Amino acid sequence: MAERCAVIGVGQTQHTSCRADVSIAGLVREAVDRALESAQLTMADIDAIVIGKAPDMLEGVMMPELWLVDALAAAGKPVFRVHTAGSVGGSTAIVAAQHVMSGVHKRVLTVGFEKQSDGNAMWALSVPMPFGMPVHAGAGGYFSPIIRSYIKRSGAPSHIGCMVAVKDRTNACRNPYAHLHEPDWTLEKAMASPMLWDPVRMVETCPSSDGAMALVLASEDVADAHDGPKAWVHATAMRSEPTAFAGRNQVSPRASEDCANDLWRKAGITSPIDEIDAVEMYVPFAWFEPMWLESLGFAPKDHGWRFVEDGVTEMTGRLPVNCSGGVLSTNPIGASGMLRFGEAAMQVMGIAGDHQVDSVRKAFGHAYGGGSQFFAMWVVGKDKP
Amino acid sequence: MSDDVLRIRTPISIKYQYSAGPRVSSHLLGLMDGRFVGKRCPVCELVYMPPRNGTCAKCGALLGEDVEVGQRGTITTFCVVNVPFLGQTIKIPYVSATILLDGADMGMQHLIQEVDAADVRMGMRVEPVWRPREEWQPSLENVMHFRPTGEPDAPFDSYAGHL
Amino acid sequence: MREVAIIASAQADNTSTTTSTPVEMLIPVIQQVLANASMTKTDIGFWCHGSCDYMTGQPFSFVSAVDALGAWPPIIESHVEADGAFALYEAWMKIQTGEIDTALVFGNGRSSSGDINRILTLQLDPYVVGPLWPDDRSIAAMQARACLESGVVTERAMAEVAQRSHRNALTNPKALRRGDHSIEALMAAQLVADPLRELDCPAHADGVTAVIIAAGDRARSLAARPAWIRGIDHRIESQNLGNRSMTSLPSAALAAHKAGVANDKIDVAELHAPYSHQELLLTSALGLSESTTINPSGGALCANPMMSAGLARFAEAATRVMNGTADRAIGHASSGPWMQQNLVCVLEGE
Repeated sequence: MAERCAVIGVGQTQHTSCRADVSIAGLVREAVDRALESAQLTMADIDAIVIGKAPDMLEGVMMPELWLVDALAAAGKPVFRVHTAGSVGGSTAIVAAQHVMSGVHKRVLTVGFEKQSDGNAMWALSVPMPFGMPVHAGAGGYFSPIIRSYIKRSGAPSHIGCMVAVKDRTNACRNPYAHLHEPDWTLEKAMASPMLWDPVRMVETCPSSDGAMALVLASEDVADAHDGPKAWVHATAMRSEPTAFAGRNQVSPRASEDCANDLWRKAGITSPIDEIDAVEMYVPFAWFEPMWLESLGFAPKDHGWRFVEDGVTEMTGRLPVNCSGGVLSTNPIGASGMLRFGEAAMQVMGIAGDHQVDSVRKAFGHAYGGGSQFFAMWVVGKDKP
Repeated sequence: MSDDVLRIRTPISIKYQYSAGPRVSSHLLGLMDGRFVGKRCPVCELVYMPPRNGTCAKCGALLGEDVEVGQRGTITTFCVVNVPFLGQTIKIPYVSATILLDGADMGMQHLIQEVDAADVRMGMRVEPVWRPREEWQPSLENVMHFRPTGEPDAPFDSYAGHL
Repeated sequence: MREVAIIASAQADNTSTTTSTPVEMLIPVIQQVLANASMTKTDIGFWCHGSCDYMTGQPFSFVSAVDALGAWPPIIESHVEADGAFALYEAWMKIQTGEIDTALVFGNGRSSSGDINRILTLQLDPYVVGPLWPDDRSIAAMQARACLESGVVTERAMAEVAQRSHRNALTNPKALRRGDHSIEALMAAQLVADPLRELDCPAHADGVTAVIIAAGDRARSLAARPAWIRGIDHRIESQNLGNRSMTSLPSAALAAHKAGVANDKIDVAELHAPYSHQELLLTSALGLSESTTINPSGGALCANPMMSAGLARFAEAATRVMNGTADRAIGHASSGPWMQQNLVCVLEGE
């Protein structure tokens, strides 16, 4: 019933802690222009635009898509805004794909962005609210107890987080757009990194980045006529559950498991570890790599950390995870999920440059947000679904 | 180029009025009286302390009757905060813990003090240290922090379902 | 295209202030719309929410709204930083993909949490316009002045919009503001932002709207007379206040054209026009004639719960199709300064 849809254009900005050289509009345009160029289209060809970003308070502009209309040459077009917390980049790509899969539009531009340097992210994410206790310190304060629970449950040794961090930072050196280019990390040096939110070390956390990612999605006839690399959308899935209730499993939330199961079913995948050739997973704290490997069905329960330890998730391993360097190397919040989705598409399209994995037929893009409660995932492939 | 204006500062100031809501109100009144008053979900019967935003998220239901829970509780999980940030009012490093008060089904966030951060562990039994009564406000900040009671640790199974 | 219809709706009473938390306001409305459709939460294939962080002054404020849904087991759910009517658009599109057959969409907003006229300033260009802090009323007044000077509207026509809206609201128990005012009294009232008077301006409110939509035979089984979505489209125009028409709404005209408004006569139009002169611009852009009943609910002049007000128009229009008062109706939502963005939906009975 759904129309087929393919990614035919991908473009991202240079990501860094402060893009003082461009305005918010300029940042968005940088990614959009590159995506259009790779799709061999111009703005005039685009039917609709879907924009995603995390809280407006990060930049201090309310519903900034309204103001960005001129920068996007969008006057006269439909412009649609999505906001689903950290998963927003992924959800936005999915909503954009639905613009095509519904049969309503043929060429859809989607962009996720964040210009964290224009505001104060730590403040915007921890606005002091009355009636509670101000004991948290940003996202790390929220997630580190969950990581502690995983370590206790799985019996993982304490160096696993650092192994993931070193892998992703090393991979990022092969990605010219990545925010962090730190080639000299070793496990020993990582283990000496200061504890910020015990058990989370500084090296195991993500940076605060300015950046944007844009994709061009096309209908089957447009994609067939497109003379260039493309990645077909095989399946998309989203799930949500509440932040807090008694008995909630925050290490492997049911919404994550349900979302993955639904995705594998729709994509006709029975053994993810065998059928997925490259993974772009949302890992803002290093320990989430083994946690998600288990939750998503790549590794058996309590074995995710063994995959890390055995090098399975290295670029040359059986299941390369975050060859782009991932969120640990680049984190413009509203774009981070779309970077995962877009980097997965780049692997399929064979345009990932120095961080390209050999002969990728199917890749997995993943994003999550809130208190590990909002999930968005897709599988893209070389062949038509 | 050096004369170009690359960045400007445009401060934003907006005043907001937050509402506690009628269900959180009885909890806040309890704190004015040195008591921990939570609420029971009329559907699943679990006890929320504090009663969050007045709802049981699992059932999508408005919370019902008040339930006073115990003063003591168990640390279910925690983190040691060692990072400075804007608006932080507590000296680092400090332990932020999820505490499951006796009789409650949901943990709440609070500070652990009067113990070395390295000695804090999951399962540790703790009790509140209240500020002087004359300083009490309708706020969980009436409790300065929690501290170890010295009781034996609670077994993992006793709080495993509340992590 | 799959046939999709609105089959049920529910709204909270609009209030000028509330002491409940936003999620406490949501729960009764979610439960009501499910009851109105004789459905339970497990019958819903997709949930979509529209709200805005700057309305509540809290980042990720929509996250707690999931608490109102009983999202266990986990649900397929999404959120737009926009009016709930845009959530309906996303759900309509998802139904078109064949992935789901039913969706519950809702929008909520608390205008009383802060100074809404000032908050809306944050929608403007943050570098050169926002720092001047023009408030929403002042910006609307500039447009009204341009419309008056160019002869596109008259002060009397604006007063007639205010009069009709407040009279219509007399029979709308959810409205925040209502009354029977003479044209003379309205035109003699004090100016609040010249040329606007108080009753030319939106009645900012705290409110919630929820709507259930369903596909094809599922809709027929759930409602005696579903309000079928025969056309739906949204368009945007430049925000640049110095480089756009102040006296016309090309984005609304285009959306109306794409939605097929002109294909047949419109019995009822529920329009989200926050200011009286904007309703006049909008009826012109949509090409509506005298035979169309405009805003029988009283519209935004009598209750404007931001982020819920547009979806409320859809609910009001659908209700009139479902009860047989109208055969063909328009639901409309708008966003941004000078109604920069317009969503138009044509609803029809069987």
